[in-house]
Amino acid sequence: MAVLRARKPNNEADQPSSPVLRFGSDKPLKLDAGTLLSPFQIAYQTYGTLNDARSNAILVCHALTGDQHVASTNPVTGKPGWWEVLIGPGKIIDTSRFFVICSNVIGGCLGSTGPASTNPATGKPYGLDLPVITIRDMVRAQQMLIDHFGIEKLFSVLGGSMGGMQVLEWASSYPERVFSALPIATGARHSSQNIAFHEVGRQAVMADPDWHGGKYFEHGKRPEKGLAVARMAAHITYLSEAALHRKFGRNLQDREALTFGFDADFQIESYLRHQGMTFVDRFDANSYLYMTRSMDYFDLAADHGGRLADAFAGTKTRFCLVSFTSDWLFPTEESRSIVHALNAAGASVSFVEIETDRGHDAFLLDEPELFAAINGFIGSAARARGLSA
Amino acid sequence: MSVNGSQRVDLEVVANLIPPQSRVLDVGSGDGSLLELLQDTKQVDGRGLELSQRGVNECVARGLSVIQGDADKDLEFYPDKGFDFVVLSQTLQATRNPKLVLDELLRIGNRAIVSFPNFGHWRVRLSLFLNGRMPVTKDLPYSWYDTPNIHFCTIRDFVNLCDELGATVEKATALDANGQRIGLSMPWWFWNFFGQQAVFLLKR
Repeated sequence: MAVLRARKPNNEADQPSSPVLRFGSDKPLKLDAGTLLSPFQIAYQTYGTLNDARSNAILVCHALTGDQHVASTNPVTGKPGWWEVLIGPGKIIDTSRFFVICSNVIGGCLGSTGPASTNPATGKPYGLDLPVITIRDMVRAQQMLIDHFGIEKLFSVLGGSMGGMQVLEWASSYPERVFSALPIATGARHSSQNIAFHEVGRQAVMADPDWHGGKYFEHGKRPEKGLAVARMAAHITYLSEAALHRKFGRNLQDREALTFGFDADFQIESYLRHQGMTFVDRFDANSYLYMTRSMDYFDLAADHGGRLADAFAGTKTRFCLVSFTSDWLFPTEESRSIVHALNAAGASVSFVEIETDRGHDAFLLDEPELFAAINGFIGSAARARGLSA
Repeated sequence: MSVNGSQRVDLEVVANLIPPQSRVLDVGSGDGSLLELLQDTKQVDGRGLELSQRGVNECVARGLSVIQGDADKDLEFYPDKGFDFVVLSQTLQATRNPKLVLDELLRIGNRAIVSFPNFGHWRVRLSLFLNGRMPVTKDLPYSWYDTPNIHFCTIRDFVNLCDELGATVEKATALDANGQRIGLSMPWWFWNFFGQQAVFLLKR
């Protein structure tokens, strides 16, 4: 762990250990904030082989604190890829059949341009000088990556949570480039409660004296305490009361009785502290501010005159939505309202609600019913696309 | 959402009414049998709406385009004439508001296909007549207190409802207890007496 701590986070930010696509001043990224980002770069990973017709590409969009290492070892944590239960050779998303692309989002901290990246104008990390990034900005950048591969139409775009928002944005902004779309455990907008949780996280980061107005690298510091608290609070929202109780109950941590102090008496306290501590080793605090903001700003209906169905007017994309019964961050009703909008738009849509007590994070876990749904959907879409098994 | 224990002899009758490559919405798609049949034999662009989550998940796992929803509540989200055919098989009698549901079917589809068990069948009549109790038959196996079938009708009742809604009956088929079609030339009262199930093709 000491080795990891010594590693400056902006090593991966500027010189990631995965492939990078750099765009010069001739190809700026147009941002919703009204400015151009240039130069900029996208760090990505690919798995499998693009076929001659370039028709077997699947784009995976990562969630809030995810990265491009979806199906291979993460260079920072040394842990397996975050969706290896689903993606790999012989898995449900079979990389011996499909060409899987996953890129770090703009605003992230693992190699795509973000607040930890060096600002070429100053030679220092961007910090808060980076304009606020939106989900649409992320998708616009991904689209430039897809152009680079010469892929006209993605066979599928899938992702959960913030990744699901990108999937919806893809299907809405570039319907002719998306054959099928799988938004999981997500919503077409961030709810007031979700914005509230994010604000708590941001305030925790900014209240840390080591944050230094976002210029912590220049002070040789990082707001680790603030970011850890933000992660602890957020982590609770990714689980469910039932799952927490099942896992931890009121069990005490390495002790026989309460200590009448403020040490981590309970297992749940110890667990959350651990979650917070390991998170700061792999994630940049400013990037956390930008990521949460991008989700808060997302409101697909508002971008289309207040009517969500208009975001998908005339779409030919095949959709499959998945929600989880115990997800209180993106409850089933959020998915259902997208389904209703897609129905109104005459779209082809499947919708599965999966019963589980594992909360929002269920989409990252080994959920047989989730896999069965994805398998059925991808299989029938592949047949419709003329992809051989 | 299909809610009786019969062998679904109506499925093939329904399938025969639908030309290849049609856009079809199956309301109450159950385990997806009809959609799968239509996809395999007619290459339709098929969608399903199903009440039970288990049924939906099974359908999606089989590659069918199905969502969880309630015929009484969720049809309003579909656009006018969005489908060539909207099918409601063995489900009408389980809806809270059959008249509204039928009205919605006729709005969403260029044509609606409705199949239902005929409560005017002689076995039902005889059962009520002789026993003086709510009929429980092989095809309608529920007791009155636990049946999902809350709005039974007879073939005659259904024809009246179609009139009220301004729907034209383009084709009608009655099936006897063995799933055999009853002769076309028979009058309504005969169908209403011997038809165990009815399949209607409607247009408005």
